[in-house]
Amino acid sequence: MTTLLDPTSERRPVERPRAPRPPALAGKTIALLDISKPRGDVFLERLAALLVARGATVRRYTKPTFTKPAPADLRRQIAEDCGAVIEALAD
Amino acid sequence: MVSVAPRLPDGLVAVVKRDCPTCCLVAPVLGEIAAGGRALTVYTQDDPEFPPAVAPRIDDHELVVSWHHHIETVPTLLRVEHGVEVARTEGWSRADWEALAGVTPLGAGLPPHRPGCGSRSVDPSLTDALRARFEGDRLRARRIELGAVEDEIETAFERGWTDGLPVVPPTPARVLRMLDGTRRAPDEVVAVVPPDLVPVTVEKVAINAVMAGCKPEYLPVVLAAVEAACTDAFNMHGLLCTTFFSGPVIIVNGPIAARIGMNSGLNCLGQGNRANSTIGRALQLVIRNIGGGAPGGIDRATLGSPGKHTFCFAEDEAGSPWQPLSVERGFAAGASTVTLFAGHGPSAIVDQISRTPESLARTFAVKLRAAFHPKLVMAMGAVLVVSPEHARVFAAAGWSKARLRAELDALLMIDGAELARGAGGIDEGVPAQLAAGRKLPKFLPGDLAIVHAGGSAGMFSAIIEGWVSGARGSQLTTREVIA
Repeated sequence: MTTLLDPTSERRPVERPRAPRPPALAGKTIALLDISKPRGDVFLERLAALLVARGATVRRYTKPTFTKPAPADLRRQIAEDCGAVIEALAD
Repeated sequence: MVSVAPRLPDGLVAVVKRDCPTCCLVAPVLGEIAAGGRALTVYTQDDPEFPPAVAPRIDDHELVVSWHHHIETVPTLLRVEHGVEVARTEGWSRADWEALAGVTPLGAGLPPHRPGCGSRSVDPSLTDALRARFEGDRLRARRIELGAVEDEIETAFERGWTDGLPVVPPTPARVLRMLDGTRRAPDEVVAVVPPDLVPVTVEKVAINAVMAGCKPEYLPVVLAAVEAACTDAFNMHGLLCTTFFSGPVIIVNGPIAARIGMNSGLNCLGQGNRANSTIGRALQLVIRNIGGGAPGGIDRATLGSPGKHTFCFAEDEAGSPWQPLSVERGFAAGASTVTLFAGHGPSAIVDQISRTPESLARTFAVKLRAAFHPKLVMAMGAVLVVSPEHARVFAAAGWSKARLRAELDALLMIDGAELARGAGGIDEGVPAQLAAGRKLPKFLPGDLAIVHAGGSAGMFSAIIEGWVSGARGSQLTTREVIA
């Protein structure tokens, strides 16, 4: 019998349920996160207009660079300030 | 699994095997010692009935005692007090045996000296299995027992451990041998590997290095490469998840390159050298298996590049007219380093005519200008690999590397009018407001590295194109190789 050593992380990630979808947008504060890709702002501008028209408040955030995960402080701030976040991937 | 050395009985202890003429020779001597009333315990490695005249005689064919007490030769005679070895002699030497046993005379009819034989515990055909048995508890990784009909290579594919090529099965014996390549403890954490941000131990890197086909002496280079890759500056996370072509390119400097047989010459960016081929592969397997970064998952490359299997070479320092990359980057001459660059390629520079540095620098510049897109600037880096026949042109004219870089910087200041979006009938390019009325550099300071490598014939150099450079993307990252 051959024994092999596991080359993987042997990680057992904790599964967390998704947050419930907000029943309505009116009165919610929605974060729009620009990841600093070209033309992401075009997409987010349009979304902002649509959200405001539905009674939501929009807050804008920007990642320092699209190549790295959002800094922990930024993620915390968004979670504290807003009820939902929309992230723009674009080019 | 035994890992603690069994306590030896006090008095005299002999370790012997029947398959050793010297042991057979001294068998009567052991009888003399026992008959003289000295406390004597004999461990026998092959035949539990040997030597016939002695008791107590303990069967050590499992080699538990021999392994743990580092018996290299039989016969070995020890004196043990309070469970601790205080004296040892190997082979047969009447004077040494008499002194150690405190019995005179011994073996009157024997020659005064006779060398012993190798202990079974150091038999090369057994040591891997013995290490796995006795040192296996140094290993913490989960053990996977394969069924009798399971093919170990196919299992690696089925479990998603490979880069598409077969891997060497990571058995405990192979991993223990790999760990001999470093003084670092198996449970030491080397880095936190993206994208899953998992701490990786020396042992887990060693497992992946075994799979990649590395020799133990490559392990320190692999460890340094993993450390460098998992820094914020190098940004392996972003490099992995980009739609772009690039992957980690490893450039090795210093004496370790020659010591482990790396290729810095003929075909050094190609196939055929085990160290070049497997070190880069080991890093990619760590990213895949530990970090969880695999194509189709977090790796989103549109096309990728063959260098994502492995892209690793050494700089030719001995033949270079210039300072090595490691020294330029602040490390002492003679230090062994790995430098990681986020890149892909190579792309060829052909110039078989130029014999002046001015002309050759212009060739380099026009090719560098075309990197990524001739109208894109200040966004990405490159490594220029200058071959010996091209370097000779600069050396003959007294051009240092700094001089070449300064000339290239000047040649690569490009008129904004040529770069603007729409210029030349090409929509791609620099936004008009950035380009208007000025010259822009192709590369930002620090984004063009120059190294010397390649075979002695051929007026060809190479560009290894990069990915997003600087703090926005990936920065050239160097780590010293620690044994």
